[in-house]
Amino acid sequence: MEQHILKVENLTKKFNDFLAVDSLNFSVLKNEIFGFLGPNGAGKTTTINMLTGLARPTSGSIFFNGKDYTAHIKKAQEIIGIVPDESNLYEELDGFENLCFCASLYGIEKTEREHRARNLLRQFNLTEAGKRLYKSYSKGMKRKLTIAAGIIHQPSVLFLDEPTTGIDVASARQIRLLIKSLNETGTTIFMTTHYIEEAERLCHRIAFIVKGQIIKIGAIHDLMEDAQKEAIIQFSFDGIVQLSQFEYDFLQQFSQCKLTHIQESVFQVRSAIAHDLMSLMSFFDSRGIKVMEAKIIKPSLEEVFVKITGIEREVMKKEKEGKKK
Amino acid sequence: MKTAIAFWNIMLKDFRNYYLKPPNISWGIIFPFAWMLMFFLKSQTPVDVRAILPGIMAMSILFGTTSLLSVTITFERRSRSFDRLLLSPISLTWLMLAKTLGAILFGIVNAFVPVLIALFFVNLPHINWVIVFMSVIFIAITSTFLGLFIAVSVSEVFEAQTFSNFFRFPMVFLCGLFIPLGQLPVYVRLLSYFIPLTYGADLLKTAINQDGHITVPISFSILIIFSIVLFLFSKRNIQHKWIY
Ligand SMILES: Nc1ncnc2c1ncn2[C@@H]1O[C@H](COP(=O)(O)OP(=O)(O)OP(=O)(O)O)[C@@H](O)[C@H]1O
Ligand SMILES: [Mg+2]
Repeated sequence: MEQHILKVENLTKKFNDFLAVDSLNFSVLKNEIFGFLGPNGAGKTTTINMLTGLARPTSGSIFFNGKDYTAHIKKAQEIIGIVPDESNLYEELDGFENLCFCASLYGIEKTEREHRARNLLRQFNLTEAGKRLYKSYSKGMKRKLTIAAGIIHQPSVLFLDEPTTGIDVASARQIRLLIKSLNETGTTIFMTTHYIEEAERLCHRIAFIVKGQIIKIGAIHDLMEDAQKEAIIQFSFDGIVQLSQFEYDFLQQFSQCKLTHIQESVFQVRSAIAHDLMSLMSFFDSRGIKVMEAKIIKPSLEEVFVKITGIEREVMKKEKEGKKK
Repeated sequence: MKTAIAFWNIMLKDFRNYYLKPPNISWGIIFPFAWMLMFFLKSQTPVDVRAILPGIMAMSILFGTTSLLSVTITFERRSRSFDRLLLSPISLTWLMLAKTLGAILFGIVNAFVPVLIALFFVNLPHINWVIVFMSVIFIAITSTFLGLFIAVSVSEVFEAQTFSNFFRFPMVFLCGLFIPLGQLPVYVRLLSYFIPLTYGADLLKTAINQDGHITVPISFSILIIFSIVLFLFSKRNIQHKWIY
């Protein structure tokens, strides 16, 4: 049996009458990267706060290593590392002091914490910055130092709340690599994100969370399998083509297919059964519609997410940009 | 051992970050000094220095400690760094003691600034220094916990400051330092007995000028009760409001 480090049963959080987190059930396996993927306000941060001891569950149970810690998360905090969505380090301390201070909160002795702080600064390319005040850091540097502060006590499970939101592409890439290598050296990771590609690239298993509920949970390839049952072929036509020009006849002939208008003269044909491209091509040819391009679209996690949650990809994208500002 | 390391470093950081910063140090010295000077110039007799010493000591502690807590707690809460403390395995009680011990020590040092200044001008014989020292410690503890109570009851730094003045100024006037308790109207005097500073000031008066009204053990016991109640109330507030 695979060992789980964290298990959650019927975890619920109500703010007055508002159900922010609604009976979550999931477990995180040892050494995996587990992703919580959902739009703004889905309840991701609230869940992390309950798991780490900043919020009290309204009901439900939290187990670490098989032991019930619901009523006293404080006792589990020693093995937990936390990187919150917003920085919570000290502006008036420099990078090195911040790391040492965080280590001291876990009772680590002076020589040991200084040794660890120096190593982490080196590992995160912050050795020079370590001597500067935290408030002078760029966003990317701040995030990196916050991660370093979250792992200085060598936790066995690390909670990362939107680790790459609001920072540039290069820093985000660096951070993803850091997360990967942390995981490879034995740290279990629980992360939230609303970047679908990030979840796809990093996580072993993902839970889709919307409006406080887990809609779907599974390993990436299992989630993809669902979507792969459906083939998507995208056609780009020459000139302006209206759906009405061929829709009726098309659906008569290919009754298992679904047609979607993507943009101007780009259409998608979705089908659960395989159709050969030639018969589709000749259909359009017979209607005098010239096909400029036809391509088979590999379903991405994004497709899966959109299909399962009913949330349009544009919504997630808009939120990403909104967040950045 | 682990708790001890965390405790010590939380306190040390506050000292380095806040208490030992020039504005705080100068405030700690200038405030008592200004009061001393004001009374001294007004009266110009050495006897009066001794008479006003308890009042200035008590006020220095009160103002010194309560204003610190709005920074070390309310400000850190605003900037979310207090969350980091709540997320670490140190228990809430130890954490709050670590956050307040620095302010208590600062208040104690503050109290002796006017004493040192007074020693420049006059001799101070016949003073029960043991009771002075004990009183200073207990006034510092009670005022710090009052500051803690205020700091955890509000969410903005300016609120903490406004709110603490709301407590501090009436306390100064009602505690018997400027207007002797006997001269206050009866119902106002009743209010005085609900103010911890009344007992602290009375202790200092007894120790320095032998003219206190309340017996020493009673004053100490009441200060201890005030401290415990304020501390527990603040702890409850953090538990219910900050761990939501
Ligand atoms: N302290 C609180 N009091 C009342 N409502 C709250 C509180 N904290 C969160 N909520 C509500 O709970 C819901 C979930 O919030 P949460 O911060 O967990 O979402 P999230 O998934 O982390 O979103 P984001 O992507 O924006 O970080 C939101 O509707 C939010 O308004
Ligand atoms: Mg969030």
